[in-house]
Amino acid sequence: MTLRDHAIRYGFIVLLFGLIAYFAIAADGFVSPQSAVFIFQSVAITGVLALGVTATLVVGGFDLSIGSVATSAMMAAAYVMVVLEQNALVAVVVCLLIGAIVGLINGWLIVYMRVPDLLATLGMMFLLVGLQRIPTEGRSIATGMTMPDGSVANGKFSDAFLALGRHRFDFFIPNLIPVSVVVLLVLAVLIWFFLEYTRFGRMMYAVGSNERAAELAGAPVKAYKIWAYVISGVFASIGGILLAARLGRGDIASGNNLLLDAVAAALIGYAVLGAAKPNAFGTAVGALFVGILLQGLTMMNAPYYTQDFVKGVVLVVALVFTFALSGRGRR
Amino acid sequence: MVGNAVFRAEGLRKSFGHNEVLGGVSLELHAGEVTVLMGANGAGKSTLVKIISGVYERGDGTMGLAGQAFAPNTPAEAIRAGVVTVHQNINDGVVADLDVATNLTLDRLSGSGASFLFNPARVRRQAKAVADRMGLAIDLKARVSDLSLADRQVVAIARALAHQPKVLILDEPTSSLSSAEADRLFALIDRLREQGVAILYISHRMSDIRRLADRIVSMRDGVISGVFDKKPLDYEGAVNAMLGRKIHLDQIVVRSSDKAILTIEELRIAQGARPISLTLGDGEVVAITGLVGVGKTALAETLFGVRKPLSGTMVLNGKPYAPETTGEAIAAGVFLVAKDRGENGIVSGFNIQENISLPFHKRMSRLGVLRRRLERSTARRQIEELGIVCRSEKDELAALSGGNQQKVMVARWMAQDAGLFILDEPFQGVDISARRDIAAKLRASANGRATLLFVTELDEALETADRILVMSEQTIVGEHRNADVDLDRLLAEVAGGPLHSAA
Repeated sequence: MTLRDHAIRYGFIVLLFGLIAYFAIAADGFVSPQSAVFIFQSVAITGVLALGVTATLVVGGFDLSIGSVATSAMMAAAYVMVVLEQNALVAVVVCLLIGAIVGLINGWLIVYMRVPDLLATLGMMFLLVGLQRIPTEGRSIATGMTMPDGSVANGKFSDAFLALGRHRFDFFIPNLIPVSVVVLLVLAVLIWFFLEYTRFGRMMYAVGSNERAAELAGAPVKAYKIWAYVISGVFASIGGILLAARLGRGDIASGNNLLLDAVAAALIGYAVLGAAKPNAFGTAVGALFVGILLQGLTMMNAPYYTQDFVKGVVLVVALVFTFALSGRGRR
Repeated sequence: MVGNAVFRAEGLRKSFGHNEVLGGVSLELHAGEVTVLMGANGAGKSTLVKIISGVYERGDGTMGLAGQAFAPNTPAEAIRAGVVTVHQNINDGVVADLDVATNLTLDRLSGSGASFLFNPARVRRQAKAVADRMGLAIDLKARVSDLSLADRQVVAIARALAHQPKVLILDEPTSSLSSAEADRLFALIDRLREQGVAILYISHRMSDIRRLADRIVSMRDGVISGVFDKKPLDYEGAVNAMLGRKIHLDQIVVRSSDKAILTIEELRIAQGARPISLTLGDGEVVAITGLVGVGKTALAETLFGVRKPLSGTMVLNGKPYAPETTGEAIAAGVFLVAKDRGENGIVSGFNIQENISLPFHKRMSRLGVLRRRLERSTARRQIEELGIVCRSEKDELAALSGGNQQKVMVARWMAQDAGLFILDEPFQGVDISARRDIAAKLRASANGRATLLFVTELDEALETADRILVMSEQTIVGEHRNADVDLDRLLAEVAGGPLHSAA
């Protein structure tokens, strides 16, 4: 391997460790279990969404609706518990169903209605942003809120549901690891194993690289594509559940950044280990990279409004790594 | 015969890297004549056309137009000098979302002298002038996307002819037209011929060629292999010059078989085509040959479940066979090495091992998890079997030569035992030694299955097959046992006309 190959392969990982080393010296308290957990927690929800969108990137598609699926799931969870006074299990099931159904519709629009993926999921994004406001006439959902018909909603977030956002597991130190971080790690390992080691994941990569060749190798290409969007929708709804559990209310103003952050993490993932293709490990590293950078900068008192700029710079650099240096862009 | 050539090319050469595509081509075109250029895929036709039309720079040689030197650097220069080309893909020549009038004057929107503002009235006036000169009966306000393919083609040609060219090049203009639509195009070409335009017409369709040609030029392997201008034109000679035997090859030991694997009854693959019936036997290698566009790929895809036949039945190993999907075909033991590996075969993000295992993931996994060790040992075995030159089974396909890439495609489908093994143009873009390797492997492993090859080049059929079938107009028109083949009869069948001796 030439120096250039090494640079492409390990460049981003080296950059990541360099960053950690720099912050360890420059920012007090950066290297501590609590700080590490905080970083994981800050990227848990975007990470889950990013892992989902990775599945659609693998089949050569894209899913812009993930952010709005997550906020819709959050609003639905709040509505089910606060207004309909149901328990945590019902809320979770409803959220997962919403994710799966939106994924099916996205897949159907793209595969059978031949709507280009970006446009279909953009349309779905708008639709959901509007839809989630209709039941409450645009109000956020919290216990004691007044409903459009004048009645008062008396349900409340169940403790079991809130535990998804607030419970912390003991890990050497008592009350260290939040549930959301465990969910992120479990889903990351699951999707990584699925994409790398099962025949379904392998065929999804084949569909994304050469759809015609995959079809002539006997694969039901349409089904694979639809499944990718279902995975993406379900992952986004899990992100929405975690968001609702963390906030404890159905907040219509939250989750604005989810889509961009998740997509950025997945795209940064292309550059990790010179993969030059969507991959679960890279997505997870990409999400962490952004989390570490923001945590470090915050601890060094960088103002909050520089965050989006920093994320943008990281994304552009990662894309240059992927497309210019590895030469995969021209095909 | 018109005396002086309007266009003359001498000793044109062109190489891409080490690959010489044109090896000294000389060509004359005469005013008021249709010269047909014939050649198989890769013979160098498109390269020649692109040099004449200014798309490619020529490597060596000279060109002259109407007695003056002609050396276009861009397509625009060629058009200004009077050489106009209408390319094969009709929709490349027109803008579908604009109306006919704008399309007819599209080339006046840019370049020197074009006005800054778009003036609809002037455009319509100019377009009307163009349309009248060509005798065009198309509504100028219609959107091109609402027109038939033939009308779109006519619009593209009419615009090209607004410059009153000396030479018009038509690259397979009828490849996507119906025969009625083609007739309208032919009428237009007849009119142009009367107006004294020199026309270079590139086609594979024998019916077009018989209808239009004043002269035929055959190309093969980057050189002109025959010029035919004596009336009546020698069509079989032209086909022979394009496809016939180059060198005498060792005769193969022809086998025949009495155990049927696949029986096809009255299969129709296109509207108005005569039905196909044939039987393929165990251990037999059968080649189906014919010109481009006669339905070879359609038949291959029908057998593999990509498309459905209009009527007819198939029986595979005694059981009815009617695949709905490629997955069903594979499950029934019918494998297809599709033509054009870049488009239909290679997954470029995958290495050799992953490309080979692609169709057989299910057989190579346990509980959905791929058995990588089995995958690797299969790939290694296939690399060994077919003599694929590579560093390891982890190599990317882009690093391999064309011949080795094709071997990987064949190896992919030979990793499991087939009942019916179909290969569509397996020797396309493959060097001679890889071609020999693949053919030898196919013959050596033929027992226990039926092998069906679709090839355009006769040599490829003659050096691999036990039996050669000829396709023309979406059906089988001839059958030959590959021992003392009557080449004249075979060529006549390929050319789609009656034998000279019978005429």
